[in-house]
Amino acid sequence: MSENSDNNSYWSANIRTIQICLVIWALVSFGFGILLRPLLSGISVGGTDLGFWFAQQGSILVFLGLIFFYAWRMNKLDAEHGVDEE
Amino acid sequence: MDQFTINLLFVGASFALYIGIAIWARAGSTSEFYAAGRGVHPVTNGMATAADWMSAASFISMAGLIAFTGYDNSSFLMGWTGGYVLLALLLAPYLRKFGKFTVSEFIGDRFYSPTARIVAVICLIVASTTYVIGQMTGVGVAFGRFLEVSNTTGLLIGACVVFAYAVFGGMKGVTYTQVAQYCVLIMAYTIPAVFISLQLTGNPVPALGLFGDHAASGEPLLAKLDAIVTELGFNEYTAHHADTFNMVLFTLSLMIGTAGLPHVIMRFFTVPKVSDARWSAGWALVFIALLYLTAPAVGAMARLNITEMMWPNGGIEGGAVTVQQIENDPQYDWMATWQKTGLLAWEDKNGDGAIQYYNDKSEALADTAAANGWAGNELTNFNRDILVLANPEIANLPSWVIGLVAAGGLAAALSTAAGLLLAISSAVSHDLIKGSINPQISEKGELLSARVAMAVAIVVATYLGLNPPGFAAQTVALAFGLAAASIFPALMMGIFSTRINNTGAVAGMLAGLGVTLVYIFLHKGWLFIPDTNSFTDADPLLGTVKSTSFGAIGAAVNFTVAYVVASMTEETPQKIKDLVESVRVPRGAGAAQDH
Repeated sequence: MSENSDNNSYWSANIRTIQICLVIWALVSFGFGILLRPLLSGISVGGTDLGFWFAQQGSILVFLGLIFFYAWRMNKLDAEHGVDEE
Repeated sequence: MDQFTINLLFVGASFALYIGIAIWARAGSTSEFYAAGRGVHPVTNGMATAADWMSAASFISMAGLIAFTGYDNSSFLMGWTGGYVLLALLLAPYLRKFGKFTVSEFIGDRFYSPTARIVAVICLIVASTTYVIGQMTGVGVAFGRFLEVSNTTGLLIGACVVFAYAVFGGMKGVTYTQVAQYCVLIMAYTIPAVFISLQLTGNPVPALGLFGDHAASGEPLLAKLDAIVTELGFNEYTAHHADTFNMVLFTLSLMIGTAGLPHVIMRFFTVPKVSDARWSAGWALVFIALLYLTAPAVGAMARLNITEMMWPNGGIEGGAVTVQQIENDPQYDWMATWQKTGLLAWEDKNGDGAIQYYNDKSEALADTAAANGWAGNELTNFNRDILVLANPEIANLPSWVIGLVAAGGLAAALSTAAGLLLAISSAVSHDLIKGSINPQISEKGELLSARVAMAVAIVVATYLGLNPPGFAAQTVALAFGLAAASIFPALMMGIFSTRINNTGAVAGMLAGLGVTLVYIFLHKGWLFIPDTNSFTDADPLLGTVKSTSFGAIGAAVNFTVAYVVASMTEETPQKIKDLVESVRVPRGAGAAQDH
């Protein structure tokens, strides 16, 4: 059963990572890009505001960061919990 | 050499390259055929995924939609890239661990039900066929222009080429052909953008030029654009005008749909390891981002160029472009060539010898229009789908760039159309006929049914492509709605919940697909037949929810129905729970087996 409980802690660590990533994912796109854009209107970027930048470019760059972070973090978790591919 | 010959040369050379690669890298076994022997490096796989994924909608249509609407269409940019986060975090590694070849196979096994597999196949066919319609729209535009024929003839020629390509060329060595197609399409997209960015801002990187200064006026480019378009009564480019709720829902639908499209998910079966599936999604997005970070720059800069062309003497005061100028000035040659396709039109309504391009619905401009004797907007038709293809001509770039863009647009449309047709035909022959209806079918019979399915799909898509429910990107958005409502929830619940059983999954998929399809048909006409719709997207049934945005609601319906039905029916068997447990950990992922 020890293997099973290890699998559980592996899985919950994975779920936690996914949750954090998805919160950031939603924050930069739906948040900064659309809903919170008025709050960012004070910060100007190239003739417009930061919200416009997030909607057209910023969110894409953050998405990239998130996917690579997740891949790096999960590969580390795999090794720590001994469930990586030999 | 005239432009027509140059276009043919570029398109011909790129086709020869794809066919050459296809012959060089032909598949030797079913495993190689479906999943390229799982020997594809994550970077290579990412590039192929990018080509598969970026279709006529991304290449031909998207920048045009952004150009004429501005900020409000940022949904396309966020939606079509944000889906990769969902794919990388929620689906790709687990489906790779599961190790089968098709999405419907996973659904059939996880929900231990042939019915679930058939329902998944139906969802897949409906979503993919809608997607092919969008591709055909784009193919029609591209062929129409470069063969200098009408849009309809262009579409029919395109249909024949797509069919031949999918049946003969697309089947073999798809991955490496797609790598070549990616290279062609990304060059074709960025090279003209670099030229235009240099002309307008002096910055060779279009994505940075967008937020840079307009060289001619010294003002920031976007501020200049805002000023120019508002003078003509159009909405400010960078401002938020769309209904916020609808915009959020639309973006979410595109994201979920991206993660639910079978031909994209299939790509993650081709990498050697689970950890590679995670990296591969990231690499795919890197290659997609190269185009997606450029697209908003292409849109904004083209809008600026077109507007300045229609008002060449510095805005309204200087007067509009004259008909004589359009007919004689070589700078305006593109207008005459595009007029032939029927996708661009102008008319001197007030007979003053000039073409006034402005927003005739704007109240603020009504007085100016009356004072100057304008009789409505005289640039009567500017189809959004022509913008990217016409862009190098508008900016007066050398003819080889125009030829390159022709090849790029066709590469984008063909690679996606072929990938989709492959997904449809394998779903019909492998999952539907061999998997359920007639397991004894011979290899020959399976191949024949695959080709028949492909032919039927292309006939349907061509017919509907002649009467498309929207611009290429909008039609494609409908396909994403359908994928979002049917396939993504089933896959996600299959991995993250052991509670969802066979009945729950089937009920959820049917409810999600059904409600989304009905909502789309109510707005776009039953089976997309014109004039059979009861509502329009301008005045939709549910207050502000447009049919293109409905996918997220369909997905919510799918999740809810599945949970409710599953909690009322019996538990998932232990065997399946073990299967789910094993899918969750990477260890033990061997090569996939056919069954």
